Amino acid sequence: MADGDIDRLIQLLARLPGLGPRSARRGALYLLQRRESLLQPLAAALTRAAESIVACSTCGNLDSSDPCAICRDPGRDRSTICVVEEVGDLWALERSGAFKGRYHVLGGTLSALDGRGPEQLNLGRLLERAGEAGTEEIILALSATVEGQTTAHYLVERLAGLPVEVTGLGRGVPVGGSLDFLDDGTLAAALKARRPAG
Amino acid sequence: MLTWSDEAFVLAARPHGESSAVVQLLTRDHGRHAGLVKGGQGRRQRPVLQPGNRVAVSWSARLADHLGNLTLELEAANAAHWLDDAGRLSALASAAAVSEVALPEREPHPACFEAFQALVESLGGAHWAEVYVQWELLLLRELGFGLDLSSCAATGGNDQLAYVSPRSGRAVSLAAAEPYRDRLLALPGFLAGRGGGGPVEIAQGLRLTGHFLERHVFHPRDRALPAARQRLTQRFPAPLDAAGPAGVA
Repeated sequence: MADGDIDRLIQLLARLPGLGPRSARRGALYLLQRRESLLQPLAAALTRAAESIVACSTCGNLDSSDPCAICRDPGRDRSTICVVEEVGDLWALERSGAFKGRYHVLGGTLSALDGRGPEQLNLGRLLERAGEAGTEEIILALSATVEGQTTAHYLVERLAGLPVEVTGLGRGVPVGGSLDFLDDGTLAAALKARRPAG
Repeated sequence: MLTWSDEAFVLAARPHGESSAVVQLLTRDHGRHAGLVKGGQGRRQRPVLQPGNRVAVSWSARLADHLGNLTLELEAANAAHWLDDAGRLSALASAAAVSEVALPEREPHPACFEAFQALVESLGGAHWAEVYVQWELLLLRELGFGLDLSSCAATGGNDQLAYVSPRSGRAVSLAAAEPYRDRLLALPGFLAGRGGGGPVEIAQGLRLTGHFLERHVFHPRDRALPAARQRLTQRFPAPLDAAGPAGVA
């Protein structure tokens, strides 16, 4: 039944982040009015993505091949692994272009509220990779939250004894940030992490 | 519209919908209280909603038993101060997690608020872990499960108190405990007024308060001690010979 299919499409679109039932209805109508130029290519892309995209067995990144393109890239620095919570964090670092090493996606942080303990994180593979020859530094790029830093401290303890240097991201005044608009926590962290000027 | 304003510590924040959060607070005059923070998952509110942060809070609801809306203003970013210190961060996270489960909702416990404040202030000093143990003792007392560490359950005296009965929560002197001391909990010196402290006594203190928190608060609710509390305990591993009392002359 046509009505049922449209309703189903609207319901599924409404489950996407940022979309409610109203905006999902608008989106569905927009797609249906552009059947050949948008709806069919989108449906094909979704099908292809569902079939081909897998989690990299090395780092946990999402890609259409395993190992992922980043793990396969011979131009990447093999001595450094940057640990992030989610794939979205990996994408953010890639957008910055500032990091040329490899990644490891933990799959979240330790969280009592969400019932996520060490067993639920992609931890075993990280310890294996940290122990591999050639790995020199593990960068913990986790959120500056209580859960993120609790996870970071836990990782530091687990990585102790392995022949790698464990570092964390700096915290402080963002580029373009004015002190007047910063929250107290960031200001306090920036003061604690002050360094010689010049 | 019902409204009140208070001071509070953030205990926990759970995502609600796409952008809001249901936040648990420990308020001075209204006890543990939950409420909805609109935009609680946003960039502006997330730093405020870290466990242990002190906030000025306004609550409003149409009816008293509604969840209500909270508006928060950060007063002290306590979490940010200790993000780099694993021990102190675990104490702060543990205190928030234990409070969230142990304290009844909407029942004023101003002493718990004051004790939480004292614990937060102690994090800047060297004896924060001893203060944490004392904080848990006060929490037990506020909940009606206070330990009697003033005199020996067997002799009535207050000399050489060295153990605590795991059943009654009363202190036991070194001499009276002799026949069955392997079944008693060690009373750390700093809780018996003998000064001291240090890692071994802290481990004993955490074991002592953990036993009674589990027995009276967590097990009746079919729950284990929070993971944050367990991580704090792991920072003070008790040596094999730490079952006995420390600092008894």
